[in-house]
Amino acid sequence: MCGIVGLFLKKDELRPRLGDMLTDMLITMTDRGPDSAGIAIYGDAADGLKFTVQSDDPAAFDGLAEALETTLGVTIPVTLKDTHAVLLVPAEKEAAAIEALEARGLRIMGIGEAMEIFKEVGLPKDVAARFGLREMGGSHGIGHTRMATESAVTTLGAHPFSTAEDQCLVHNGSLSNHNDMRRKLAKKGVFTKTENDTEVGAAYISSRIAEGATLGEALEGTLKDLDGFFTFVTGTKTGFGVVRDPIACKPAVMAETDDYVAFASEYRAFADLPGIDTARVWEPEPATVYFWER
Amino acid sequence: MPTLDMSQVELREVNQTLQGAAGTQTAEPYDIINPRGSHAVACGLNGPLTVTVKGSTGYYCAGMNKDATVHVEGSAGPGVAENMMSGTVVIDGDASQYAGATGHGGLLVIKGNASSRCGISMKGIDIVVHGNIGHMSAFMAQKGNLVVLGDAGEALGDSLYEARLFVRGSVKSLGADCIEKEMRPEHLEILADLLEKAGADAKPEEFKRYGSARKLYNFNIDHADEY
Repeated sequence: MCGIVGLFLKKDELRPRLGDMLTDMLITMTDRGPDSAGIAIYGDAADGLKFTVQSDDPAAFDGLAEALETTLGVTIPVTLKDTHAVLLVPAEKEAAAIEALEARGLRIMGIGEAMEIFKEVGLPKDVAARFGLREMGGSHGIGHTRMATESAVTTLGAHPFSTAEDQCLVHNGSLSNHNDMRRKLAKKGVFTKTENDTEVGAAYISSRIAEGATLGEALEGTLKDLDGFFTFVTGTKTGFGVVRDPIACKPAVMAETDDYVAFASEYRAFADLPGIDTARVWEPEPATVYFWER
Repeated sequence: MPTLDMSQVELREVNQTLQGAAGTQTAEPYDIINPRGSHAVACGLNGPLTVTVKGSTGYYCAGMNKDATVHVEGSAGPGVAENMMSGTVVIDGDASQYAGATGHGGLLVIKGNASSRCGISMKGIDIVVHGNIGHMSAFMAQKGNLVVLGDAGEALGDSLYEARLFVRGSVKSLGADCIEKEMRPEHLEILADLLEKAGADAKPEEFKRYGSARKLYNFNIDHADEY
């Protein structure tokens, strides 16, 4: 069991409330996944790339901005959020920044013009409070509460997984061919950082998009190439998508109004959304790709 | 009319109140407000009682129902009316997976769509779905009637025993050992009665009947070398 939530705003007026709405949805899904929680939030596109980095050791962030300025030759704004930090890196310095950050032992959770990722071990309400998720605005976001089955309860094993710029994935279920797919992806030069099955799903989708597939085509591909149980919710810079495996054991419900499209593992997570009483609420069909783009 | 507000009263207290009332002959109808997708609302009612849920429910609403009437004025999550023994459960909206699973008796009416595995292993319950049903519905269904005014998904009635399946719309595919069968007068009679009870605006003649070919009941010696 795990809990997934997603929210895609159609109107800008709600943008300042995105984090608040997503946090309520996430906390409601606590009893589906109390081990760890995470959220990917798409805010205003930055002039450069937002790196979300993580370290269990707070000292790792001491002097980080100065060290990066020395190495990269430009000023890198650093915003600390508990065990994470968001850095704004000029696009042309991306490769050098990755090298410098990894050399300092920092984990790169995600990179993107719009996306920031925050995830940690612990109850969703505690994780949300540590990162101040409620205060975050944006256009869309996805979140996950994890009850671990396929790999250890660690920060890196928490969702969402990001395997390309501005792309991320949350998953309820378990993949049975992830080791085989991990090897196939490695042959193509696509490498994962963990033993986690979901990361392989994310890497598969990213590799298909890198090869020229649209998000819709990449999600269609999961139905053919991935084996196991899955309800996937993906985020990209401009949209979000949903797909369920053909057996569709893992629960899913969606709601749409003029203001938003919402996804959750259970209807409970929608209870506080504005206008939910008159929203169109439905269960996404098995083996059917849904996606929204702005 | 007594009202239980689930934003004020814990689920356990709600169900204990309803279960207590269902044991008495003079109980007034109950309204439940603010269900907010809660699990196991109005479960285990063991006697006559009318309960109206003003909103949508989560997992296992009206499970194990006996003699009570539960009306959900919204949609229901997975496992609604699971293992119902008797009584009536009406869902105004959609129902998620395995609605009416293993039900022994009573009537479950879903006015919207039901998703996958509707009526799985049903054992005597009658289920009427005004909309469509999803894949693997009536899997291993043993007894009772499943009536669908809309379409049925893949593998309808796989490994079916003696439940009767009536579908007005299309069937995407039939499961193993499920076949279309002749609609005889007694079937039209059963169907007319169920459609009336379920407030469904459809004519029995518009439906097709599906049932078990009964070929899986016994081991076929000619298949021995396939194992």
